[in-house]
Amino acid sequence: MTATPPTAARAVLRDPAWSRRVAGTLLVLALCWPLLAATEFAPWRLLDPGSLRPTLAFLATFLPPAHDPEFLGLVARETWRTVAVASAGMTLALVLAVPLTLAATRALSISALTGRMAAGPLAARQALRALLVLLRSVPELVWALVFVRVTGLGATAGVLAIGLTYGGMLGKVYSEILESGETEAGTALLRNGAGRVQAFLHGLLPQNASELLSYTIYRWECAIRSSVVLGFVGAGGLGQALDSATKMFNGGEVATMLIVFVALVALADRASAWLRGAID
Amino acid sequence: MRITVEGLEARPPAARPEAAPALRGVGLRVEAGEQLAVIGPSGAGKTTLLHVLACALVPRAGDLRLDGADPWRLAPRALRTMRGRLFLAPQTPPLPPRQRVVTALLAARLPSMSLLASMAQLVHPTDLGAAFAALAQFDLEEKLFDRVDRLSGGERQRVGLARALLSPARLWLIDEPLSALDPARARQALGTLCDQARARGATLVATLHQVDMALAHFPRIVGLREGAIAFDLPASEVDAARLEALYAGEVAGHDASPPAPGSAHVADEDLVPAAPPVVCR
Repeated sequence: MTATPPTAARAVLRDPAWSRRVAGTLLVLALCWPLLAATEFAPWRLLDPGSLRPTLAFLATFLPPAHDPEFLGLVARETWRTVAVASAGMTLALVLAVPLTLAATRALSISALTGRMAAGPLAARQALRALLVLLRSVPELVWALVFVRVTGLGATAGVLAIGLTYGGMLGKVYSEILESGETEAGTALLRNGAGRVQAFLHGLLPQNASELLSYTIYRWECAIRSSVVLGFVGAGGLGQALDSATKMFNGGEVATMLIVFVALVALADRASAWLRGAID
Repeated sequence: MRITVEGLEARPPAARPEAAPALRGVGLRVEAGEQLAVIGPSGAGKTTLLHVLACALVPRAGDLRLDGADPWRLAPRALRTMRGRLFLAPQTPPLPPRQRVVTALLAARLPSMSLLASMAQLVHPTDLGAAFAALAQFDLEEKLFDRVDRLSGGERQRVGLARALLSPARLWLIDEPLSALDPARARQALGTLCDQARARGATLVATLHQVDMALAHFPRIVGLREGAIAFDLPASEVDAARLEALYAGEVAGHDASPPAPGSAHVADEDLVPAAPPVVCR
């Protein structure tokens, strides 16, 4: 049974996908080389004594982290503001993303029930996708700089910036989650005369709820980091405090705030796991 | 619902463009409340026919009338209302695995439900009695609050059929309802479907591989072969010779050499014996 197959059989047994896979891998490597050159990636410069010494000196001031009651009170207030900016921004993003997702996803197309989507709905979906691309291709930092001019320094600019950029991201990923999962249940409901939102609620949401939830919480976590960055340009919160501490080379304060970030990210991680377990 | 089909040509969307159409010149007339079984070898176009009747596939040529109306000339809203009067049960029951049986069953009523009511339905299903009664018809009433992914394949298939009993549809299009059922369950399920469709006055079109079951339960049998109607007869006139002609060359046609007896191929449901036994009359 295990004897070597004759020559003719060996030709048949050659995997037709193999040569394409090898060629694809080589192509990707060839394309990556110029990228490496363009980024001037030279990690050994990190070990240059001239730059290493001041870095280590700054890192040494991280210990002990600042913990006087007055500063802790300030960190608590600014943390609360940061979480509030992130949460309000996410809420705005959801308000934008949910209707856009329902309208843009192929999985809820009624005309595609018969195979190919009709021209009108296809064009409308492409237009919505383009809108989502536009929303998320402008970095939230740029949105924030625009809105700071309109609303002045403060949290409002941060909320608007996160809402727009994250609305675009959520809309794209939500509709891709809905399309990549099993769509049969939703299709069957549409075929039997249910509406699009009904088919989403009863056909698509049950399977995709935990993935949608986990992505949303991950994005909330990103929004917290993002609102810190926006603080650097005057949107308030921990970012602003971190900005001034770094400029003053106050390592202890920087360390305390980094500890708060780690705690917030860990909290989001636990909340995601717990919620996914709860809806399972 | 009354069905009239003439000169129907259709091809499933996933088919290769150079492939022959799955349906070639099919003509059929079904009166409201009639029950008929479509039989024929695999690839004969049975599922394509159901999809055309369910407005899930636009015919490439020919005329389709449901209660006298051409669904593809209707405005989108009217087409949706029409779809609400159809119930297509695919061979693999389209039940979300993470949903409870009760919610999946009551989803059959979505076409006649407002958006607000269908949202409330997810949180607090109403009319548990109807869902229970529909399940009881298939001996599954104890599974009402179980999740779909806790059910066996046969149980899922029966829940998929119980869904039909809850839908407001006037035309039931049931694709291979027995593929995951043992003979006793199959007989019960098919009997229930026929009785319930009759009680509602709904038209019932089912595709079946089990010829004996089709002959035992359906007054009218349509034999489909290579996309065309081979015969359309009362069940009493379908004899062994016609069945043999319908399924002729099935095994030899697909494979250069017929599989040896007892090999795995024979168990494949695609390979129907050349002359299926006509029993269970």
